[in-house]
Amino acid sequence: MYEKTLTQLAAALKKGEFSSRELTSHYLQRIEKADSKLNSFISVTAEQALAQADAADSTRAAGKAGTLTGIPLALKDIFCTRDVKTSCGSKMLDNFIAPYNATVVEKLNAAGTVSVGKTNMDEFAMGSSNENSFYGPVKNPWDLTAVPGGSSGGSAAAVAAGLVPAAMGTDTGGSIRQPAAFCGITGLKPTYGRVSRYGIIAYASSLDQAGPMARSAEDCAHLLGVIAGHDGRDSTSVARGVPDYVEGLNAPLSGLKIGLPKEYFGDGLDPAVEKAVREAVSVYESLGATVRDVSLPHTHYAIPAYYVIAPAEASSNLSRYDGVRFGHRCENPSDLTDLYTRSRAEGFGEEVKRRILIGTHTLSEGFFDAYYTKAQKVRRLIRQDFLDAFEDVDVLMGPASPTPAFDLGAKKDPVSMYLQDIYTIAVNLAGIPGISVPAGFVGKRPVGLQILGTHFAEAQLLNVAHQFQQATDWHLQRPAFAEENA
Amino acid sequence: MALEESHVRRAAHLARLAVSDDQASGFVDDLSRILDMVDQLQSIDTEGVLPLSHPLDATQRLRADEVTETNQRDTFQRCAPAVENGLYLVPRVVE
Repeated sequence: MYEKTLTQLAAALKKGEFSSRELTSHYLQRIEKADSKLNSFISVTAEQALAQADAADSTRAAGKAGTLTGIPLALKDIFCTRDVKTSCGSKMLDNFIAPYNATVVEKLNAAGTVSVGKTNMDEFAMGSSNENSFYGPVKNPWDLTAVPGGSSGGSAAAVAAGLVPAAMGTDTGGSIRQPAAFCGITGLKPTYGRVSRYGIIAYASSLDQAGPMARSAEDCAHLLGVIAGHDGRDSTSVARGVPDYVEGLNAPLSGLKIGLPKEYFGDGLDPAVEKAVREAVSVYESLGATVRDVSLPHTHYAIPAYYVIAPAEASSNLSRYDGVRFGHRCENPSDLTDLYTRSRAEGFGEEVKRRILIGTHTLSEGFFDAYYTKAQKVRRLIRQDFLDAFEDVDVLMGPASPTPAFDLGAKKDPVSMYLQDIYTIAVNLAGIPGISVPAGFVGKRPVGLQILGTHFAEAQLLNVAHQFQQATDWHLQRPAFAEENA
Repeated sequence: MALEESHVRRAAHLARLAVSDDQASGFVDDLSRILDMVDQLQSIDTEGVLPLSHPLDATQRLRADEVTETNQRDTFQRCAPAVENGLYLVPRVVE
């Protein structure tokens, strides 16, 4: 069963080839057998999953099933799930049982999907390798010595290894697209505000966005159709109709205008990655698209701007974890200050502390205008670059990451790790959507092609990705790990 | 803008984060490298450019000032490490 895409599984459930209980049990067995080698899950909720599967089978028997009824999937451990531990990859929330469901979880439940558990992630979504989790690093199923990417690395690894057909992730600076690229799956970061952030533990509120991670663009289209839409409980959620993303998958690409940002093909890009990406672009040309070079002149400043804005927002969002209202509490505090400072020091990992300190420093008196205000002005210039480019082309294409997945432990210096997100981070600053699709390999490690569109162009992006996947089979390839651990 | 240990200590104080002497010097190194990277922003002319805080350039909506949440004390207290008679028990920090 695990060989099938989510779309194929949905069709098989509809035909009655197997029940949701059988399907869910199949994936739970795979998780039990393989995940000790991957560490892609923080919590596996087998009992609840089987209960949800039984409910889905009953719904189907009653003739009330929707497309995704009975489909198992996993949730990054950043989504609040009622009565289930929601740790956000942190010791700080190791004891947190969420008392409510995130809107994304509510919508998936309403669609009849089955949650088999919560996936591993960089602590509070801060990282590009999934090495910052309190629960240990996740390994890449294509090569167990490599990282899966971060921060949604657990979701990406679980999908790539066939432990679930799809999973939910979040993307603040590339945290869906980069792990999707590293693990050879398809990952979509929607437009900011397209999917409700209610119940998603906040890292950087003006950048965070949830999205689907699956085997194909078609799978992502099914999932986005479920989770997208306005939510009155999230003031950043956009009141705008949700198109039928699946229906939009068959538009021909003849006449499509593709822009290749010259800044995405410069120094630092692995030549083998560039070769794979350019070959993917040539597939589009064979499908009738035209290609031209474009420029996003402020690209170089995206990482500096991000590492002011995101830590600033994080320092504010994470102030709630004080040992009183939320999170880990130290033993025997001597006074209130000791309670706060020691609880936070014990509960947060090094990368989180680093970003809290950067954010607090750049927001403090004497530094605010030089750092924070300046970064927000540069953010506007970066956004305008994209808007100008989309005056001339329909979509932009380039690599999702300058290199394939790197070795576990290879990057010790925070700045060199931050530079991994050079092609993804500007997208979050601008709020536009982006998708990464498998487009080849360097050795045995996958390469991701990133496709970007203007605000709310998800339907177009999914179609453009789907057409590529109709013409190629990179997205259907599986790591040997998936077979060996069946 | 060179970072000094006093800046790290000030930020740690403002963030209510305990930082040992060893950690402070390590953070000075790490944060200095990050701020050196961030200082590239100073080379851009942003005269007349308005800051952008919302990526859709939207104004944050405000909801009506009305109570919308129901009382869920029992639910929330199930998450708490210690409760008694409907109250949260926390460490004694004030003598």
